[in-house]
Amino acid sequence: MTLNFSQRCTPAAGTRRLVAKTLAALTLATGVTSPALAADEVNIYSYRQPFLIQPMLDQFTKDTGIKTNIVFAQDGVAERLKREGKNSPADLVLTVDIARLQELVDAGLTQPVDSDVLEENIPAQYRGGNDEWFGLTLRTRNIYASKERVEDTDLSYEDLAKPEWKGKICARSGKHPYNIALIASMIAHHGEEETETWLKGVKNNLAQKPQGGDRDQIRAVAEGVCDLAIGNSYYYGAMVADPEQRGFAEKVNVVFPNQGDRGAHVNVSGVVLTKSAPNKAEAVKLMEFLTSEEAQEMYANMNVEFPVNKAVEGSGLLKEWAGFKADKLPLDEISKHREAAVKLVDKVDFDS
Amino acid sequence: MTTGAALPHPLLAGVSTTPVRRRASGRGWQLVALIAALAALLPIAAVVYLSIAPSDGIWDHLWSTVLPRYIENTILLMLGVGLCSALLGFGSAWLIALYDFPGRRWLSWALLLPFAVPAYVIAYVYTDLLQYAGPIQLTLRDIFGWERASDYWFPHIRSLGGAVIMFALVLYPYVYLTCRTALLEQSDNLMLASRVLGAGPARIFFRILLPICRPALAVGLSLVLMETLNDYGTVSYFAVQTLTAGLYDTWLNMGSLSGAAQIAVTMVGFALLLMFLERISRKSRERYSSSNRQRAIQARSLTGWQAWLATLACLLPITLGFLVPCAVLLDYAITYFDVSWNSRFFTYAGNSLFLSGMCALVLIVVGTVLSYSIRIQPSRLNRVLARLSCVGYAMPGAVLALGVIVPFAATDNWIDARMESWTGEGTGLLLSGTAFAIIFAYCTRFATISIGSIESGMQRITPSMDQAATMLGSSPLNTLRRIHLPLLRPSLLTAALIIFVDCMKELPATLILRPFNFETLATFVYQYASDEQLAQSALAALCIVLAGLLPLLLLNRASMQQHND
Repeated sequence: MTLNFSQRCTPAAGTRRLVAKTLAALTLATGVTSPALAADEVNIYSYRQPFLIQPMLDQFTKDTGIKTNIVFAQDGVAERLKREGKNSPADLVLTVDIARLQELVDAGLTQPVDSDVLEENIPAQYRGGNDEWFGLTLRTRNIYASKERVEDTDLSYEDLAKPEWKGKICARSGKHPYNIALIASMIAHHGEEETETWLKGVKNNLAQKPQGGDRDQIRAVAEGVCDLAIGNSYYYGAMVADPEQRGFAEKVNVVFPNQGDRGAHVNVSGVVLTKSAPNKAEAVKLMEFLTSEEAQEMYANMNVEFPVNKAVEGSGLLKEWAGFKADKLPLDEISKHREAAVKLVDKVDFDS
Repeated sequence: MTTGAALPHPLLAGVSTTPVRRRASGRGWQLVALIAALAALLPIAAVVYLSIAPSDGIWDHLWSTVLPRYIENTILLMLGVGLCSALLGFGSAWLIALYDFPGRRWLSWALLLPFAVPAYVIAYVYTDLLQYAGPIQLTLRDIFGWERASDYWFPHIRSLGGAVIMFALVLYPYVYLTCRTALLEQSDNLMLASRVLGAGPARIFFRILLPICRPALAVGLSLVLMETLNDYGTVSYFAVQTLTAGLYDTWLNMGSLSGAAQIAVTMVGFALLLMFLERISRKSRERYSSSNRQRAIQARSLTGWQAWLATLACLLPITLGFLVPCAVLLDYAITYFDVSWNSRFFTYAGNSLFLSGMCALVLIVVGTVLSYSIRIQPSRLNRVLARLSCVGYAMPGAVLALGVIVPFAATDNWIDARMESWTGEGTGLLLSGTAFAIIFAYCTRFATISIGSIESGMQRITPSMDQAATMLGSSPLNTLRRIHLPLLRPSLLTAALIIFVDCMKELPATLILRPFNFETLATFVYQYASDEQLAQSALAALCIVLAGLLPLLLLNRASMQQHND
């Protein structure tokens, strides 16, 4: 950090110099400081685990010589950004859920990006209305079904509330962002009242109190605690890739719901450019890179997430799953109903 | 410090039962203590500031739906954890301090081991073992030919009861440590006198030891309870909905930071109430240990089945709280070694050690200054400040971290604006996003450990020591250095030990406050654990435990040596 001292040698300037020097020394004394705002860097606040995106970032650095710095946190990123204000070092925020993207946009912490590359790589459905947020990968909310006990896999989210599944469904907490987004999409399609009835129905069908994560749901289906469960497809992909867990995954089918009507609910992981971004040009370059075929290919192969860039097909499981029908409902619409969804979960006491 | 402190009236020394007052020389102490307490209060004040905003009817919604259950769960959880850890902690401290039985020597330090295991790690490990799809139930089903869950009964690990056991297993060492220290500081004369007067072991336990250990027990238990109150990782993994769950919901799902801050302030109020009740009930029973400790407490030998029972009783929490989780982690670490091993491991460990060491150091100094200034200059103001600066621990770490971000960022931006208008060049952010911010957060979070532990140590030093020193013309600083610090050594070490290990495990504040590209062992583990893959970072989790062990053993040795001298 360079400080430009006043040239005139007045006593006041001397004092200023002293103050400035003290401050600089203080900064140094704290050991680890904010990175110097030199060029050729991009600073990222991330809701995503670094180990999932590091390979893409490394590739970016290799291609462009631009260094990336990252802080990963799950709560409070928006608040930190807001409080740091115009001096915040962050250029980009990476998130895993539409709600977090919208939160940043609503708080006025982002700026629109005008980029032909981004527009070409990302379908309009997965971009914010004002080009203030951009989806990077797609994640479907699936139904995991037991291969052994569930024959007809032509299922819809609505089916989960049918009495025939009493005591046969597993789910993680209704408050988890992925479930909240699903419930919000149900509200968008059916209205609040009907969704409440549906959610009550699902709750009555639960085999156990909502618990664990998505992988735990797959395990529960495999072990016979329940026949159906709700979860994202890439967790299944990750379990298949892990020799220790493959056995569980092999007993379970991944169902894409509502293929007969509106299609499966899709959420995004995405990125925003902060309003205060000190390295805007580099940051936009990274955004463009992350939507490029090269990076999208990596996302697909390593994390089994659906690429947002239609030119990339993916391999293995993704290829097998390709061609499923996705709900066309704009994501902005889903985030509008988020609060109502949270309150519904409380109202029907889903988690107890 | 001013020299030549005014001598107290000679008569006063004999009759006074409260700590000595020294007006002139206490001022400096009080000022330093005041500044320290205000610094510790800063984040809490910031959270209170955040809570002063309308919360858009969120309380109405919460009250009419889930809040009553959250409160009920919170109370049940705290009662359960409090009882179980008091039982495990005080029970083992009592056995170790008063009796001799096979393995006592190594059990006395091994009982600390579970403390190094983070609560969310032990929760994860036991869930993996005990859930329906876990190895234990799989084996049982194989052996007995059961086919489905309805064929047999097995306790649900992911439940309130399960959470109580998990917390108690890793938190009881707080109680064990504080109580053991208190017991070892007692003179054997007390025991001898009780026995001469015909008291049996049960009577001694309930009428002598329990009351004597009460301040220590209260400190240990309040740490256990606050830690339970502020936890989010374990309870959310176990789907036990406590107040913290409500707080996170309000903040992250309903987007109301002010509503969340209001819940946090309520939790702090809860903690204050607990402390206040405990103080009131203790008020009339202040006790000081006798100043002539010619004989430290002597352990009585147990024989036969009693001895083995004592050994077993101490082994139980060690096995469940340490050996089992470590064995499972080790198994994961071997299975996933390729994923798990990382060349930057030593950097992460170094970061963890640096932060934890700094924080322990700072807090020992601050805690000593605060409790000493209360002793020599007891005023309502500094008592209240010291109490208040302890309650940060009851807040979830993420909220406390916000309380650090707010004033730090405000100060940084203010300085930046001033410098820019003054020299034409801004300074940017000076303190936000630095290791300093993390250490500051740790210090406010764990202040209660040092203040509580050191204060209860001070209380066991009779005021006649201070009076004698003052009569001989010693200044407060000199008295502290030559009288109190040597006597306090076990308490200081205990505090340093607990703080160090707690910082090693600290997660939420570290996550939000840290600089770019800065990993500690805990944040590294969390990356994987938050993606449901703790097994892949088992090696790092083991390292947290191991890195916590070393200082644990060293400090334990030093604190035991004190008593064996």
